[in-house]
Amino acid sequence: MREPAEEGTARTGLSRRALLGVFGAGAATAAGIGAAGVALAREAGEAPAGDRRFDFFGAHQAGITTPMQNNLYFAAVDVTTDSREDLIDLLRQWTEAAAAMTQGREIDALGALGGSYDAAPEDTGEALGLPASGLTVTIGFGPTLFGDQRGRDRFGIAADRPPGLRELPHFPSDMTDPAISGGDLCIQTCADDAQVAVHAVRNLIRIGFGRTTVRWSQAGFGKSSVTSPDDATPRNLFGFKDGTANITGDPADTDRFLWVAPTDDPAWMAGGTYLAVRKIRMTIETWDRTSLREQEAVFGRSKREGSPLSGGGEFDTPDFTMAGSDGQPLIAADSHMALAHPSANDGQRILRRAYNYTDGSDGLGRLDAGLFFLAFQRDLDKQFIPLQMRLSKSDLMNEYVRYLSSSVFAVPPGVQPGGYWGQSLFDL
Amino acid sequence: MDLSVRTGVVAVAVPLLVVTVAACQSSTPSQSADTGVVSVASSDESCEVSAADAASGVVRFAVSNTGSQVTEFYVLGEDGLRVMGEAENIAPGLTRDLVVQLPPGSYQLACKPGMTGDGIRSDFAVNDSGVPMPTSDDDSAVIERATANYAAYVRDQSDQLLKDTKEFAAAYQAGDDDTARALYAPTRMHWERIEPVAESFGDLDPILDAREADLEPGQKWTGWHRIEKDLWPPRSGYQPLTQKQRDKLAEQLVTDTTTLADRTQDLTFTADQLGNGAKELLDEVATGKITGEEEAWSHTDLWDFQANLEGAQVMYAGVRPVVADRNPKLAATLDEEFANIQSALDRHRRGDGFVLYPDLTPKQIRELATSVDALGEPLSALTVTVLQGR
Repeated sequence: MREPAEEGTARTGLSRRALLGVFGAGAATAAGIGAAGVALAREAGEAPAGDRRFDFFGAHQAGITTPMQNNLYFAAVDVTTDSREDLIDLLRQWTEAAAAMTQGREIDALGALGGSYDAAPEDTGEALGLPASGLTVTIGFGPTLFGDQRGRDRFGIAADRPPGLRELPHFPSDMTDPAISGGDLCIQTCADDAQVAVHAVRNLIRIGFGRTTVRWSQAGFGKSSVTSPDDATPRNLFGFKDGTANITGDPADTDRFLWVAPTDDPAWMAGGTYLAVRKIRMTIETWDRTSLREQEAVFGRSKREGSPLSGGGEFDTPDFTMAGSDGQPLIAADSHMALAHPSANDGQRILRRAYNYTDGSDGLGRLDAGLFFLAFQRDLDKQFIPLQMRLSKSDLMNEYVRYLSSSVFAVPPGVQPGGYWGQSLFDL
Repeated sequence: MDLSVRTGVVAVAVPLLVVTVAACQSSTPSQSADTGVVSVASSDESCEVSAADAASGVVRFAVSNTGSQVTEFYVLGEDGLRVMGEAENIAPGLTRDLVVQLPPGSYQLACKPGMTGDGIRSDFAVNDSGVPMPTSDDDSAVIERATANYAAYVRDQSDQLLKDTKEFAAAYQAGDDDTARALYAPTRMHWERIEPVAESFGDLDPILDAREADLEPGQKWTGWHRIEKDLWPPRSGYQPLTQKQRDKLAEQLVTDTTTLADRTQDLTFTADQLGNGAKELLDEVATGKITGEEEAWSHTDLWDFQANLEGAQVMYAGVRPVVADRNPKLAATLDEEFANIQSALDRHRRGDGFVLYPDLTPKQIRELATSVDALGEPLSALTVTVLQGR
């Protein structure tokens, strides 16, 4: 688990919050670098609530085991250039911009207001005045980066493609839309403030223009998972606690189930992980008309406590054999929990980082909402794929959900200062 | 954004109350007779009840299992035999609410740790609050008749389904595609009318009614929708089935439908199955038919819609006297919404059938969806109304 960065971390740009300080003082034209010293001094004082920061640099990318922030913005982009140098340059620029934004700074020394009056500002500026807000930026590489649909190896990396990185299979009851699936690269931003998350993606997309084009994007609100043992399990839009048995930040678990080991194939992915992304629409109105009895039967958990229907507290081990008055197990064998539980999946666990989403209402006046499911793991073939296959076949919940998108990305290891995202791949 | 988050979180704390409150309000609209919560702690050796009496009307028990075995809680009549209400399968550590309508009188409460024996009993008095109670003497007879009638309805529909399926299969095998196409939707209506029953056979449902998107890798696609695709093939890239494949599919369809018809002969039903079944049929309309997903090739979704609606209407009609007795307002709402949705659907009739799904405008689809929600919402209160005060 990551701790918020210490105050005094090296800063090169002008802090957004510092900038606000300058303007708050009425020095409307004094937004030069010279004012930064004053502003930084201010900043060394007490951080306002919400100004938590997570390290950008490290062995693993932030935004995976980082305790979940409440807001997500996720974008998948396709690379339009065929130049390896352009791609590397893009990743370098993204790395620099993300490192700055996650520490509450603008993406460039000149920022939103300090450049030429006759030029478009470097930073888009909608996060001015907002603290770092726990922002994390995480990127991943889609299978198509290693060879497009015609099998062209545009960047000379086809031979280094992780064997486990392939498009996900069709799962029963999938109704996935290619227009909101896949992508050469993905950007996941998470923050305590939704505007800060959107700002980060928007700036990276802007940097990418001419080299990348946005394929699809998704906003998420309200975390629906925990990645830290200190957080209480939040509820999904069905009103239930879910994913209780998945891993949080425990290093013993993350080494086993999450991070690619140096001995895994390929070696450049060591410290990285694999991301499965599924957009799951919930048929909210139908669910809301369903009896509490059936709702609990579908999950295999009580709605009130989140406990297994075999009793105890939320985190107590479920007893899948405990029978009720009719002799049948209290937790139905095809309930969501029974099928998703590690005990039904060779002990495999994943790191779940799911968010609730709403896209407004559909044309029928129904809430267009559900779960934007993000799961990280060391090996998709051992972890996500068999688990989802089991769920898609028989989960009682399938009556109330639709799978709308399906994507997979290799999430490269973390970055060291001076390095860039994916360096271990391109320096090979 | 922050507001949405809070709304999401707050909303989840409420449903337990919503269920109980809705039950109270729906059954006794003119009063607020919820006398508060009687809490019950059921351990392996004791059954501690927080109050020895309550006022007549709706009484709510919050039953916590403080023991180590699965427990049950019963509210029994003075004779200690008649069950007024029960909460079953409460695992250790869990709490479940039980809401019952109790007229003035003497009762027994029983916790049953381990779910066997007479349980640990105590007396419970219900004092007259002056609130009139819905009569229930005739209800059990009505429900008994409704469930028996429904069983007969299921038998009749599955017999007709089998008869029509044989004709359909014969036409398809004979290569008389026009006749097969004409028979497809009307035949399937028999299936759609009793869909919750047909679906309850987990082995038959996938081989008879699977849609292409539902298939598991390696699963062979058989049944109605496989033939549907062959009769209404996509414009390009489709390989028509051979005669041999046709024969096999058609014969399989008849065999599986025969099995279904056989199995439905001796089925019996309970009151809650009627209430839940009616709701499930409307859910079917809401999820598959209103979106045009069910009949992806023939586009005869409105036939299925009509049949689901008829099936729900039959279930509701059986228990309607009980609903009218206990909750006249709910009965009036359901009567009205059933009529509304039927007239909305009637506007799309063409000849003996309906227009095809793609011929509906987005506005028309939306009107239909709105009437489905308008009926589905009150219909979800049907089961609890029929079960209450059993």
